[in-house]
Amino acid sequence: MTSALVFFDALGQEPTKAQRELLTLATRFSPATVAVVGEVSAPALEVLAGYGITSVLQAPAADSFQDHEVAALEAAISSVNPELVLLANDSFNREVAARAAIRCNGGVITDAVDVAGDGTVTKDELAGSYTTQANAASGVLLVTVKPNSIEDAPAGAGQQPQVQDLQVAAANSAVQVVERQAKVSTGRPALSEARIVVAGGRGVDGDFAPIEELADALGAAVGASRAATDAGWIDHDYQVGQTGTTVSPQLYISVGISGAIQQKAGMQTSKCIVAVNKDEDAPIFEIADFGIIGDLRQVLPQAAEEIRRRKS
Amino acid sequence: MSDASSTPLNILVLVKHVPDAQFDRHIDLDTLRIDRSESILSELDEYAVEAALAIAEDRGGPKAGNQVIAATMGGPKAVASVKKALQMGATSGLHLNDEALAGSDAVATAKALAALIKYAGDIDLVVTGMASTDAETGIVPAQLAELLGFAALTNASNVDFDSASGTLSITRDHGADSLTLRGSLPAVLSVTDQANEPRYPNFRGIMAAKKKKVEEVSAADLGLDASSVGPAGSPTRVLSANARPARGAGTVITDNGQAGIALVDYLAEQKLI
Repeated sequence: MTSALVFFDALGQEPTKAQRELLTLATRFSPATVAVVGEVSAPALEVLAGYGITSVLQAPAADSFQDHEVAALEAAISSVNPELVLLANDSFNREVAARAAIRCNGGVITDAVDVAGDGTVTKDELAGSYTTQANAASGVLLVTVKPNSIEDAPAGAGQQPQVQDLQVAAANSAVQVVERQAKVSTGRPALSEARIVVAGGRGVDGDFAPIEELADALGAAVGASRAATDAGWIDHDYQVGQTGTTVSPQLYISVGISGAIQQKAGMQTSKCIVAVNKDEDAPIFEIADFGIIGDLRQVLPQAAEEIRRRKS
Repeated sequence: MSDASSTPLNILVLVKHVPDAQFDRHIDLDTLRIDRSESILSELDEYAVEAALAIAEDRGGPKAGNQVIAATMGGPKAVASVKKALQMGATSGLHLNDEALAGSDAVATAKALAALIKYAGDIDLVVTGMASTDAETGIVPAQLAELLGFAALTNASNVDFDSASGTLSITRDHGADSLTLRGSLPAVLSVTDQANEPRYPNFRGIMAAKKKKVEEVSAADLGLDASSVGPAGSPTRVLSANARPARGAGTVITDNGQAGIALVDYLAEQKLI
């Protein structure tokens, strides 16, 4: 059976949805070890136990950027010698995987949507137009897994994992963190891992309020097309697509977005696509499961109101 | 101490020739490789070229001896992307063109590019886009930093070069934080589409580019043997590829004043709410 290491650059008391998905994936492999940078709290250990994890490697935290995490992953790989390493798909963890792969003579596959028990990886290619299967030709294989690809499923209560301290050589860092600024939190789910995304484009004409109202009624994340972020209507952080965040939610509601090829990149792997657009010829209707030709200023508030009414 | 600002910089900007993302793109299901017949300079690399030129200009540009080498790895047609960078203002081109490199994965690509950068001479700064628009892994810049022993200043949405001290400060996202990172040269810098506004080649640039040199090199010129490049040098291998089944159009209704309710009915039916 294939052995696996799950790497977390940080683990809070309440693991994130994407981290739980990685832990679910890890239940397919044996032995499965989790390596964490920073101290693992008792509640987090309990969560890990719930996924059948019996062994945890705990590396000290350090105030550097990436060099320490790469060194920690390198140390964890030498310690347990796994065939497979699973990481999150964000740019930071992709880079940690990439650099550790160079140090450990391994390979990297990003944007994975599945990893089979034998180590065969399925991934999206060309912005979701294709899927490919790939595996390791030599060395350890580091895989970054897209959020929303694996259904979170704890494997039942296990025993308390054994925690072992991981010795990490002090990294001689060439990069200093000069400033760290927390971004303003909206209280909405993170765009990359949200179950539902409501995204607005050129058609919102500067006013995202109807998008935000529907998103909040649904408990969804807000997204935006490049046209909307380029116009300055909403921050770049909300951009869905190639130069923004790639999303793969259960439900993607596209509002006032025409659906040109570049706009489809980054959302076409959504399970269900709903489109609202006043232009009946908009290409988005060719890929929408449910489409409404109409004015978003009428349709969205009405839908938000109806959702709130049914919930109450 | 000598003033660093008087020393010319050798900057190498990586450009990639990729299928145009404005059209449907394909994987050849026999070779399992991307069809590159209709390719252009990766849009995200235009931001890299701009960043490289702006830093060179901070030091006085080509007149003061600053070089911006536009380098690529790719088939014969990839030289078109180097030429576009030369039209924008890069000073010379370098084209790693070798059939043996086709089918290299990210690690093998990074190793070949690191060899190309070493071949180019004493490079102070490597500039790249945040990712290629075809493979979209975004990991080659970090791997280059690792292979070359350079500072990794990647995914920069803002770049500030202090010409006097030769240090780079960048802004990048990390989870819920925005970070300012600083590093000294030599460095690998990758930039996002937020970093700048790429210039268009003007008539003078287009004419000047015709006289600029593009050197073509092979894997052997870089000292890379056959076992370290292409599929043989790649730690991962592609087993199969499948086109995503086309999404059929579903139901489309025209708002009669009740479409918002119809939408909620649909979501309830699909058990999405």
